[in-house]
Amino acid sequence: MKLEYPKNGKFGEFGGRFIPETLVPAVEELEEAYLRFKDDINFRKELDYYLTQYAGRPTPLYFAKNLSEATGGAKIYLKREDLLHGGAHKINNTLGQGLLAKRMKKKRIIAETGAGQHGVATAMACAALGLQSEVYMGYKDTQRQKLNVFRMKLLGSIVHPVKEGTQALKDAINEAIRDWITNVKTTYYLLGSAVGPHPYPVMVRDFQSVIGKEILTQMSEIGKKSPDSVVACVGGGSNAIGTFYPLIDEDTEMFGIEAGGEGIKTDHHSATLAIGSKGILHGMLTYLLQDKEGQISDTHSIAAGLDYPGVGPEHAYLKDINRVKYDTVSDNDAVQAFLLLAKHEGIIPALESSHAVAHAIKIARKMPKSETIVVTLSGRGDKDVEVVEKYLSENVKNKR
Amino acid sequence: MSRIKDKFQELKRKKQKALIAYLVAGYPNEKGTISAVRGLVKGGADIIELGLPFSDPLADGPIIQNASYLSLRKGMNLTKFVNLVKKIRKETQIPLVLMTYANLLYRNGYDKFVSMVKKVGIDGLILADMAVEESKDFLNAAHRNNVDAIFLISPNTSPQRITTIANASSGFLYLVSVFGTTGIQQQFKQYTLEAIKTTKKAINGKIPLGVGFGISTKDQARFILRNGADAIIVGSAFLRLIEKTPQQKIETKIASFAKELKKATILE
Ligand SMILES: Cc1ncc(COP(=O)(O)O)c(C=O)c1O
Repeated sequence: MKLEYPKNGKFGEFGGRFIPETLVPAVEELEEAYLRFKDDINFRKELDYYLTQYAGRPTPLYFAKNLSEATGGAKIYLKREDLLHGGAHKINNTLGQGLLAKRMKKKRIIAETGAGQHGVATAMACAALGLQSEVYMGYKDTQRQKLNVFRMKLLGSIVHPVKEGTQALKDAINEAIRDWITNVKTTYYLLGSAVGPHPYPVMVRDFQSVIGKEILTQMSEIGKKSPDSVVACVGGGSNAIGTFYPLIDEDTEMFGIEAGGEGIKTDHHSATLAIGSKGILHGMLTYLLQDKEGQISDTHSIAAGLDYPGVGPEHAYLKDINRVKYDTVSDNDAVQAFLLLAKHEGIIPALESSHAVAHAIKIARKMPKSETIVVTLSGRGDKDVEVVEKYLSENVKNKR
Repeated sequence: MSRIKDKFQELKRKKQKALIAYLVAGYPNEKGTISAVRGLVKGGADIIELGLPFSDPLADGPIIQNASYLSLRKGMNLTKFVNLVKKIRKETQIPLVLMTYANLLYRNGYDKFVSMVKKVGIDGLILADMAVEESKDFLNAAHRNNVDAIFLISPNTSPQRITTIANASSGFLYLVSVFGTTGIQQQFKQYTLEAIKTTKKAINGKIPLGVGFGISTKDQARFILRNGADAIIVGSAFLRLIEKTPQQKIETKIASFAKELKKATILE
């Protein structure tokens, strides 16, 4: 079932390369470089060095005993990507692509960011590798993730707030693509999720697959071949595909969790796979939230990193072949899981990751104690404490 | 025969090159688009491109982004676009090209979309994000409905690829003049001229070459045409003019600007 390097970047009918002609030579150059270096011994060595010495891999697979007991059901394990340098899984990808960009002799790096985690991870990798970085971020997101804007600046990156469109992640990607078209010869576009034109979805998946590979090793250390279930949140889908891909041929049930926002019956959610339809955006054919004419919809999530109307093409494929179940968790349930994990385990998860935690709690209740669930805790929640505080005070008001 | 092909042959006889103008349908509103079209026809434009706005115009600069956004906010959609083209077709036989992004066709179904717009008088289609490798369904729909599929190339497109793309194209081939999005350029660089030369050589007279993105003055137009282009495409400059002009003066203002640009296409 594994599609290791799908021809023309097609996962079934999904993926591909729907891009302005100016970018064709750029993605061809990127693909060539990626194929040349992905299994190159020196490249792997250097990446491994940075992943261990700089980013802090491997990350623990932590048995959340208190949470499991409080839930009453399957054993919940947390794959602690939140402990990585920068506080999220994003650094797995930015180190990989940063090293590739260096080999391609590109010195100027651009990136988009939603929650700011990919922007921070880009700024860090670029500082460490001696590259220049500029990050596009929707204006709305710069307001709700202020801490990360300041972090990026501290790390030497230039942050461009994007005031076009919905001022969120999709508009940041649009602006990054426009920059790339304009500076195509000198600039490397360091995309932050498993989305975009081929080869990005495959390449980002490969760099993030370190998550799933470590899960398998760590399961064997506790005497199991693989977990009974894994759960990961899905924005563009990079932490999820990095978790799922190495486990695809295992006997593991997989759950990808999208942002249910204020409910999937409202217009305020980002439940692309749950209720979206097929379409073309940002260089790929995939599921999208769009109207009947093909105009892209506004999305919402309390988690900026999930606030995106598209999804990586491999997830679209895994949904259609029924290998992964995609479900949604509302803003409110995510906040409750955020509070619960903090209280029971002393871990403050990112709001994105809280969606996965909420779903894990839900399914754990229905599973026997002998079974295991692994939740990918994609990031830590320091960036979100203000948003949660505001959410809680407003909701207390509303309830009165 | 297509209206576009006829037009290029007619111009050849007259020893002229083509002025192609781009408008965003529904900007500043439907009436304004009709006034602008009247102005273009009066001013001597040879082909008109009508942009059907898309929510995420990632190949466009600020001027067209803004016009697209406003048009969509006023409710522009495929049905309204079709009605607008119907109205335009009652007044003029000028070749009309629809420019948009791939998703609007994909979502409606390529064939359904193309046959719908062909019926009201669209002669060609340009999709800003349609790479030739992905274009099978689009091309089938274009052929079935006898509509020209106009592809874009760029200054970094290899000669070999230019040939492949030119073979897939009909009507004309669209060379994006600069590394960048649509907008207004102060000055063209040497690489644009080299791209025109490379392209002319690769297509070897098989299809007319239009050059667009950034052209906003008669002098720039003349410069591009002297270096071998068969058509110049002007968009943002017209939209900028519409932006600055009160509704009742759109027709005359656009007509005089088109007339000015058209001068550059008449060979001495
Ligand atoms: C902590 C965290 N988790 C998840 C995501 C969602 O991205 P993806 O679906 O690519 O993993 C983000 C994105 O910003 C994030 O910051």
